[in-house]
Amino acid sequence: MATTVDIQELPLAINVDPNRERMLREAEKELPLEYRAGWHDEIAPIFKTGKGLSRFVVEEISRMKGEPAWMTEIRVNAYEHFLTRKLPEWGADLGQVNFDDIYYYLKPMEGQGKTWEDVPEDIKNTFDKLGIPEAERKFLAGVSAQYESEVVYHSIKKELEDQGVIFTDMDSGLREHPDIVKKFFGKVIPYKDNKIAALNTAVWSGGSFVYVPKGVHVAIPLQAYFRINAKNAGQFERTLIIADEGSYVHYIEGCTAPIWSEDSLHCAVVELLAMKDATIRYTTVQNWSNNVYNLVTKRAVAYENATVAWIDGNLGSKVTMKYPAVYLMGKGAKAEIVSAAFANSGQVQDAGGKVWHCAPETTSTITSKSVTKGTGRAEFRGWLKIYKGCVDSVSAMRCDAMLLDKQCYSGTTPVIEVDEEKVALGHEATVSKVGEEELFYLMSRGLTEREAITQIVNGFIEPFTKELPMEYAVELNRLIALQMDAAVG
Amino acid sequence: MAATAATTDTTTTTETTTETSPTLEVRGLRVAIAEREILHGIDLTVDKGEVHAILGPNGSGKSTLAYALMGDPRYDVTDGTVTFKGQNLLEMEPDERSRAGLFLCFQYPTSIPGVRMGNFLRLAVKARFGDAAVKTFRRELQETLRLLKMDRSYMERYLNEGFSGGEKKKAEILQMAMLKPEIAVMDETDSGLDVDAFKVVADGVNAMRGPERGFVVITHYNRMLEYIKPDFVHVLIGGKIVKEGGPELAQFVDQHGYRPILEEVRARGEEVELPEEEGATYGERPELETRVHDPFRSHGRTAI
Repeated sequence: MATTVDIQELPLAINVDPNRERMLREAEKELPLEYRAGWHDEIAPIFKTGKGLSRFVVEEISRMKGEPAWMTEIRVNAYEHFLTRKLPEWGADLGQVNFDDIYYYLKPMEGQGKTWEDVPEDIKNTFDKLGIPEAERKFLAGVSAQYESEVVYHSIKKELEDQGVIFTDMDSGLREHPDIVKKFFGKVIPYKDNKIAALNTAVWSGGSFVYVPKGVHVAIPLQAYFRINAKNAGQFERTLIIADEGSYVHYIEGCTAPIWSEDSLHCAVVELLAMKDATIRYTTVQNWSNNVYNLVTKRAVAYENATVAWIDGNLGSKVTMKYPAVYLMGKGAKAEIVSAAFANSGQVQDAGGKVWHCAPETTSTITSKSVTKGTGRAEFRGWLKIYKGCVDSVSAMRCDAMLLDKQCYSGTTPVIEVDEEKVALGHEATVSKVGEEELFYLMSRGLTEREAITQIVNGFIEPFTKELPMEYAVELNRLIALQMDAAVG
Repeated sequence: MAATAATTDTTTTTETTTETSPTLEVRGLRVAIAEREILHGIDLTVDKGEVHAILGPNGSGKSTLAYALMGDPRYDVTDGTVTFKGQNLLEMEPDERSRAGLFLCFQYPTSIPGVRMGNFLRLAVKARFGDAAVKTFRRELQETLRLLKMDRSYMERYLNEGFSGGEKKKAEILQMAMLKPEIAVMDETDSGLDVDAFKVVADGVNAMRGPERGFVVITHYNRMLEYIKPDFVHVLIGGKIVKEGGPELAQFVDQHGYRPILEEVRARGEEVELPEEEGATYGERPELETRVHDPFRSHGRTAI
């Protein structure tokens, strides 16, 4: 019989540093008062395909990039699958996405910068405003900056390169390490997985390729930053991360886009492979503007005693559909999916996580925190499968929703399929609103109503925030405070 | 009376009070909850430097008075006036009342998951005293923690979450010490404390006594008042203040309970509505909860 375990007993990977609180406050002081990502720059791409998608466009992208024939073939096959495949009928309404009204490939510059000086001034200014070069100097081991369809800047610390760590954009990865890419590309997420993954496979450009050799511990994070600038633009980055036996890597991605009246499309595919005893942490803090359809497929495979953690924070966007997943393939493998979503008026956050236990003694936790405001909608989808024979596996799913207004909506759709009896399993879901009592208590200590609500909301998603590196935790708290200011539409 | 309490208060009073009117003046206050009137016209005047005790059996409306003064939206003030430092308190939001210098020490402080005590205190101090106060925050916090015999690890814990009864009350005293109110209302701060915590709380309050601060100490038994000597005692029964006096009144209640006072009121021909609530106490003196630790005695067995 399945038994219930207390989710709190399952340890999360990061221990909170006792100095963290102090450092958080100090870091907060240095940040500008307002977070502005909603501007756009007048930068004309040096090359773009016409609007809309055709077999010609797909082949043209591949030709432009000088790809081997096998990749062109995968692209064309994926395109044909895209045409036959229907959009998912569950989840958010994607009926308004006009696939013919999107630019699928926009090349912002020739080549790629190894230093920021190599990057055209106006594009560099964009990343300056977003604070990327500064963050790189302070606390990152490597940075990749993608503008529209191409990675415009790339760097990695020399000592990591000397240890054999590969951190490059996906196109260079394909050129320089075709054997590795051919072996793993599309293996975790085949293009037949879903219509959006097929679209990405057909027109992918940019993204990161990471390989960490056996036993190498990349102590400080690698970061990729994705920026959409043009109207009606599509961004289709493709990321593949391979952590070889006993290695460790933490990869962080951030995303922003300007506010256009027309919709943009972001369809990424991210494939992770954690070999025996390896650990991959993949952290996302996205803050898309409210005109972006964010449809992302993220999957990982964890082999024996490997750990994969998806830390996924979703703010902004018009519609987000994203369910990071882990296949636990080896004995003792571990999956940890922690997500937070904030849906403000007019936004849909359809997110969650999926885990397949395919080996004994595997462990998984799926924790989701959602906050809805105004007419925002948040939907949690969790899928947990434990196959026969996966004895002594432990899984806990937890979903907490907080509703700030009367009109907002929050839904929970957990699916739990267990074919093995000798497992421990827990599921918990809560819905709450900001309580009068809590509000009065904080206000009786001098906090204004808005400050008090912000504190309660930040406290609610703290289980997520504490998983983030300090700099991102600061940014997230700030973004939430800004969401509190935003008028209810 | 107040002179006997040594004031080790570190408060630097920046404001000079020019008002001649009392700090807190309650006149004819009527308060209802869910359309049922609980307080039937309260008059109370509290000035800085004074300690007022409000005594009364359970269910007599003591806590209602405390919450209504702080502006809890769940309580409706149906009549009467309250002025605080010359301002109309009833028109102010709870946060404005706090920033003006009113403090409520909660009987049952609520827990706020995910909000760390240290961060919260910093925000509260900033709200009351402005940005400049944040600079001296650390030092002051350390001093106050030492005074209250509280560990620094408190600051990393979520606000009141998983706190024991004693820890919660100490945390309330800590907040009061950091916010340096002009009038502090303490709602049954003595309930649910073991002897040690009781002592710490009482010492903390005594250390904060002084000419720049007034207290309203709400309690239903006299033990607290043996440690915190009141200047004025008000007996609240059935939503009315039925008798007032000096510290001797507290001693009288301690020895004889509320029954003689009730009889006196009835003899005057006044109606007193008695609390219907179960467990209302009129005579008995509840004992302090004591925690006895005897390593040789457990589960009723005595070791030889």
